[in-house]
This record gives sequence, structure tokens and C-alpha cells, in this order.
Amino acid sequence: MNAPFFKFGLFGDNMSLVVAFLIGIGFGFFLERAGFGSAKKLTAQFYFTDMAVFKVMFSAVVTAMVGLFYLGWLGILDLSLVYLTPTFMMPQVAGGLVLGFGFVVGGYCPGTACVGAATGRIDAFVYLLGIIAGIAAFGEMFPLISGFYNATPMGQVTLPQLLNIPYGVVVFAVILMAVGGFAGATRVEKMMAKRKEVQPS
Amino acid sequence: MVAETNTLTAKSAGGERTETAARAGQPYSNPYVAGFGLGLVLLASFVIMGRGLGASGAFSSLVVVGANAVAPEHTRANPFYAEYLGDGAKSPLMDWLVFEVLGVFVGGFISGTLAGRVRKGIDRGPAVSNFSRLLLAFAGGGLMGIGAKLARGCTSGQALTGGALLNAGSWAFMMAFFAGAYAIAYFVRRQWR
Repeated sequence: MNAPFFKFGLFGDNMSLVVAFLIGIGFGFFLERAGFGSAKKLTAQFYFTDMAVFKVMFSAVVTAMVGLFYLGWLGILDLSLVYLTPTFMMPQVAGGLVLGFGFVVGGYCPGTACVGAATGRIDAFVYLLGIIAGIAAFGEMFPLISGFYNATPMGQVTLPQLLNIPYGVVVFAVILMAVGGFAGATRVEKMMAKRKEVQPS
Repeated sequence: MVAETNTLTAKSAGGERTETAARAGQPYSNPYVAGFGLGLVLLASFVIMGRGLGASGAFSSLVVVGANAVAPEHTRANPFYAEYLGDGAKSPLMDWLVFEVLGVFVGGFISGTLAGRVRKGIDRGPAVSNFSRLLLAFAGGGLMGIGAKLARGCTSGQALTGGALLNAGSWAFMMAFFAGAYAIAYFVRRQWR
């Protein structure tokens, strides 16, 4: 068995759009299961009352990361054929900050806003209109900011390559970090719940 | 808990009901179970397609199609738009991410329906008006659109996908995302608490 299937020509472009739709259904389904159609649930992460964003995000990252590692190790999946977005350090850090602002101000990210809108939230729908406006603004500004957009290029690079640490060691470190983070997050949630009992908001 | 719900119901008796009062439905899944499911979907995408998930890219395609309809020459001259237009042989909407995002709407609706959580409303804290909430939602979406393009991806394409691939830039992005969100949380707390 050779994976990624699409890269080995198991199916063509038209079929890939069907696959995209089906994978999207799975994606949206689990986002909604997690409660990520709700802006209040999502933003609670940043007031320490409900750390589900961290827990869901990192259990997903760890699950897929471990899967990739073992499928690669067993020779089933050719990791060199999995697309890796090239790193442009400065614009990515700046973009991450702006995106963090947008998440708490607006209550969603693009994927979760789709789920919010699909489950009837008007605010999520308005948020999606905001995204469209933001992308259009970025597009219009692009000639002015393309220098910064392409600044600090580092190519396609992974943490193991950048830090010169074996792949398996980084995978193991991320698992440890996630498990420690889960325990810490649950403690913080309990602390905040206690504080609310003593002094209601 | 009971007291809080009563306050909300009383407060909103005249107008639209607030989120907490209006939306009952089943409780959400355990975050680790939902995260594991999400991780398997992401892994399936890697194995089947050789690529991860995304969301903001689909909206870029939408913007480019709109821009191209209004001002085709202006759009083709802009390298950001031009990349989405390609050689013009097929519509930018015949794109992997566009179909994936359509699926996200459907999947979210299926899960919400099964759990009795689909209901029209505005998700907000009790201390903010519907108008302010929608205004902030639009502003936040705008920031998200700009940030996601600057970072070459959003929480799906960078944090989840790049996170699992141990992509160096994605991990830097993730740290910046949490830093930015925590830094601004205090200033908009009235919207949510």
C-alpha cells in the first residue's frame, strides 16, 4: 500500500474534490461535537474557564502526528510527498498575533465560524463576512506589503530539521508537553470554577 | 448555575433570548474524544491526499472570484489574486479547499442536528448588545482574514496541519496565536463574560 493515495495516482482531480467534501464533513462534524460552533465556548479558553480549545487542538495534533510518524516508519506513507507549507518566520509570527486578536474579538476562526453558521449562529455568519472583507483588504494591500509577506524565508523546514533532533525524539517531547498541558489546563479550570463559587461574576 | 440562567431568561424576556438560555441540546463531547476524532480526520487527509486541512483558503478563492468579476484587469495584475486565478483554465472555486469547507458546513450541521443544537441565535455574553456583538464579530473576522493571509494559513492550515507535521513556521505561528489571543482577551472581556 502506497500513500498518499492521490500522489500515487489512485484517483484524479475530480475525485479529489469528492474526497475534499467528505473529509470536510468529518472535520465539521468533530468541530461541532467539541462545541466549537459556539463563540462563547471557544473564547472561554482565553479567560481560563474552559480550556477545550487547547485540549481538542492538541489531542488532534498528537493523534495525527503519531499516526504520521508510525505510518512513515512502517513505510506505508511517504512523508516527503505530504505537502509542507514553507516557513516565512516574521510574517507568520505577525500573522499569528493578528489572528489571535481576531479570534478573541470575533469569537471564531474560519473553520469554526463555518460550523457556527451551519448551526444557526448569526454572529458566525457575520464573522465570515468579516473574513471575506479582511482577505479583500489584504489582497488590495498586497502590492504594499509583499516585501514583508516574503521576508525571512526558511523554506520547507520541520522542527526536527531546524533543531537537528531526531524525529522520534521531537514526537515524544510533543506528547509529553501535551499531556503536561492537559493536566495543567484541567487544574486551571478547577481553580477558576472555585473562584467563581466564592465570588460570582 | 440556576441563578445565572434565571437572570439571563429574565433579562432577555422582551427581546431575543441569549445563547445560554436559548440553546439547550445535548452536552458537548469530551474534548479528548473530539480531538482524537479530529486528529483521525486530519490523518486521513494526509494519507489519502498528501495534504492537511484548511479553511481560510476557501474564502480567498471566493474573494478572488468576486474581484475578478468586478475588475478582471486589476485582479490579474495583483500577484496575490493571480496565484488563485492560475492560467484561467478552471474556476478558482473548483478547488480542494472550497469543497472541503462546503463539507465543514454540512458536517457541522449534521452533528448539530443529531445533538439538537441547531438553533438561530447570537452567541454572546449577557453584558453586550446584539449590535455590538455583531460589530465585533465583523471586526474580528476582518482581523482573522488579514492575519490568516499574512501567516499563510489559519488555525486549520497552520496550527492543526502544520502542528502535526512539526512544521517549524506553524509552531511559531501557534505560539504567536495564543500570545495574541491572551494579550487582547482582557480588553474584550465584557463581550463574553
